[in-house]
Amino acid sequence: MNTVIFRTIAPLIVAIMAVFSVYILLRGHNEPGGGFIGGLIAASAIAILGMSSSVRDVRRALKFDPLAYAGFGVFIAGLSGLASLFIDAPFMTSIWLYLELEGTEVALSTPMVFDIGVYLVVFGTISAVALALEDERDGGGE
Amino acid sequence: MGYSPETSIILVAIAPFLAAILAPATARFTGAHAGWVLAIVPAAIFVFLLRFLEPVAGGEIVTASLEWAPAYGIALSFLIDGLSLTFALTISGIGALIIIYSGSYLAGHPHQGRFLGFMLAFMGAMLGLVLSDSMVALFTFWELTSVTSFLLIGFDHARQAARRAAIQALVVTNLGGLALLLGALVVQQITGRWELSGVRETGDLLRESPFYGLALVLFLLAAFTKSAQFPLHFWLPNAMEAPTPVSAFLHSATMVQAGVYLLARMTPVLGDTPAWMTILTLFGGVTLLWGAVAAIKQIDLKQMLAQTTIASLGLLVLLIGLGSEAAIAAMIVYFVAHAFYKAGLFLTVGVIDHETGTRDITALGGLMRKMPASFIAAALAAVSMIGLPLTVGYLAKEEMYLALAEADAASLLVLAVLIAGNALLAGVGIAVAARPFTGPTVETPKPAHEGPLALVAGPLVLAVLGIAAALAVGWFGHAILEPAGTAILGLPVESHLTLALNPASVLFWLSVLTWALGVLVFYQLDALRAFLRRLETGFGWTFDKGFDAAMFGLIRLSGAATRFLHHGRLELYLVVFFALFAIALIVPLVSLGGLETLAPAVSLGQWAATGWSWSDLAIYEWAVVALAIIGLVVLVAAQNRLVAIVSLGVQGIAVALLFLLFGAPDLAFTQFMVEILSVVILTLVMTRLKLDERDRRPFEDAMRDGTVAVLCGAGVTLLLSTILTGTLDTRLSDFFLATSVPIAHGHNIVNVILVDYRGFDTLGEISVVMAAGIAILALIRGQRGGRAARQVEPKPAGEEAR
Repeated sequence: MNTVIFRTIAPLIVAIMAVFSVYILLRGHNEPGGGFIGGLIAASAIAILGMSSSVRDVRRALKFDPLAYAGFGVFIAGLSGLASLFIDAPFMTSIWLYLELEGTEVALSTPMVFDIGVYLVVFGTISAVALALEDERDGGGE
Repeated sequence: MGYSPETSIILVAIAPFLAAILAPATARFTGAHAGWVLAIVPAAIFVFLLRFLEPVAGGEIVTASLEWAPAYGIALSFLIDGLSLTFALTISGIGALIIIYSGSYLAGHPHQGRFLGFMLAFMGAMLGLVLSDSMVALFTFWELTSVTSFLLIGFDHARQAARRAAIQALVVTNLGGLALLLGALVVQQITGRWELSGVRETGDLLRESPFYGLALVLFLLAAFTKSAQFPLHFWLPNAMEAPTPVSAFLHSATMVQAGVYLLARMTPVLGDTPAWMTILTLFGGVTLLWGAVAAIKQIDLKQMLAQTTIASLGLLVLLIGLGSEAAIAAMIVYFVAHAFYKAGLFLTVGVIDHETGTRDITALGGLMRKMPASFIAAALAAVSMIGLPLTVGYLAKEEMYLALAEADAASLLVLAVLIAGNALLAGVGIAVAARPFTGPTVETPKPAHEGPLALVAGPLVLAVLGIAAALAVGWFGHAILEPAGTAILGLPVESHLTLALNPASVLFWLSVLTWALGVLVFYQLDALRAFLRRLETGFGWTFDKGFDAAMFGLIRLSGAATRFLHHGRLELYLVVFFALFAIALIVPLVSLGGLETLAPAVSLGQWAATGWSWSDLAIYEWAVVALAIIGLVVLVAAQNRLVAIVSLGVQGIAVALLFLLFGAPDLAFTQFMVEILSVVILTLVMTRLKLDERDRRPFEDAMRDGTVAVLCGAGVTLLLSTILTGTLDTRLSDFFLATSVPIAHGHNIVNVILVDYRGFDTLGEISVVMAAGIAILALIRGQRGGRAARQVEPKPAGEEAR
């Protein structure tokens, strides 16, 4: 599996997949996509990277433990629900904010933050499992 | 009055808990004076509650209520009437004395602050219990008393006996707590009220309900466990493992009286039926005699008192069971008398133990000169326990004999039981007060000397109160007895307590008989004890041992159940899981007649009716179907696991393509990713676990697994076909279609549902995903080291697809 072709092309594929996963995540509210599928794509990217180069390098590139991403995802997803308490609405009432940036309308919302949380959870969890399985040495962290 | 009763009552309920939190810090700062400082809280509550005496005696009922769970109509409501006031005054008053006492008793103990905190928390729970109007609050405080008493009994947690006693008390009283919760629910279902005062207004509703028996049994179980009624009494003597202040507090006026309180409280709605009267009188009577006889058997002063407490509790329950006005009056007076003398005696025994180093009645004697204050306290308390004139104990005894002044056989039998029980108690009372103090001086482990003020103040005050309450008999009757009696019976009760001796009355001679028998018991104590001990060794079985046997049986049962259900063979787990899944799919379909609706439309349900046929499929659609079938065939036929995994992926991709072709792009996308990741991860699992490339299941196993798989597949297919033959309820889809853009600002309904409409679900799901990830990592890492050889099957495909 560790052919020259695969090792050469893998970083390129991974970069495209990573960007594409974010694109899928952000367009999710109006077109097919969303945090769940985006997270799966990103996790696949990490799995491919782990196969083509060493798991240690992938872990270093990620900076944090993959599960920490997942934990952070649950955290901000929960937090996005709490935002509604400031406007005296029930938990997880969505709040929308439309900004005009150079003539383009940008929609920011608590469901978007929530979706990013979902993305991180799926990405973190699947990456953690995949990396642990790919890691020949001990399957664990450093 | 110039105060708001609501806030003050709630403050009373909260203050002890606040004090409990502050207790450790207070103990650190004030050191030896911690007891005096912290006693301010119960003392203040006592003084505050005294202000209610007059209005309550005037027939007023003070209530307070806080919203708790308004959606269920549950409030944190409190009520002060004669009954709760009597109990609350006793609890806070004795509580203050005991906190002072504990400060000295445990002076220098490294965990003194913690102990005082537990005591105050327990007192708070107990006060909350007697002041609660809402049954939910009652239950909550009831459980709190169980938990805090667990902490107190097991305070000396380094000793195994203390730990066992604490667990035993917790198990037994929590059994009652559960019964109370169920009982409260039953009563609420029958009457529709959560408030005890509200339940009272329903009159005979409970008694006439077909569920009266159930409610009765549950409430009696609660009361009997807490108040240590035979045969659930065995935890109380063991609870003597606690430091003496705990025994003095828990087993005189508080914890064990909670059951008595509950019975008194429920008398208006559950009482006055043949079942109630028979059960209470019977169990109360047996408990009275059992405890009194067991008390004689003991040589440990504290154990003697503990057993007499059981007897007294039996007596109280018996009196409640009799239920007449005189019996209830006797019960109230006896409760007060018992609280005074029993707490006083426990505390005196604590002083003796503290200052001499032993509490073995056969190893003590002649302490009178060395510990005069303790002797006076013990003697006065014993006088009340025996029921000599001029004490509250005397009033109580007169009143209970009066309650049985009728001449029928049942009354005479109960009267005989009462006289026997009282005589035995009197004998033990004399022994506890006289033996350690009189006679020749005996060498003790520590040189005996009088305890400090903080230790002797409590017993002295209580002993004097036992006399003072009797001397102020008119006031006592008016301020305590009448309101409490009225609260229990629901009709005006008039006190006719009198200190006057009337030799012409038969009651007087019954008292004399009791005293005479008591003295006899005292002089024959050693002989009786020896006799009873021989009897017990001959019998060999005790309730305590029964409890142990039951607990070990429970542990063995759970062990067996765990080994049966949690055998650690992944393969079997999966078989059971999928077999149940198949049953859940197929059985309802067959039994609810789903198959009949399917039968006429065998050719793919309504699709046939709408004119669809196989020939409508385009060539590329045929290709996808063919791909799925090829994947499936290869999967089943494959000899090599890797081939099987890949063909499973092929089959899944084909299904995803179908989704795409038939207009579910979101689903298709997700399915693609899940399939790809499944293949990758399964392959990794396989290589990592170094599984055989070939599947070496024996033929029977393969058949079993194949059957389960086919059943699952058939079940899903049948279910889907059945659903498609019916008309889809489109109300939800219509709602989402109509509102997705206007209120959720999104065109992709699937995503909007996930992150907005059902965001809360998703939050739960992603938490589960993360938890599953942690578990999987733990499994993978657990493979390291010596366990690497253990066989673990690869997890089933699609597990990631949440």
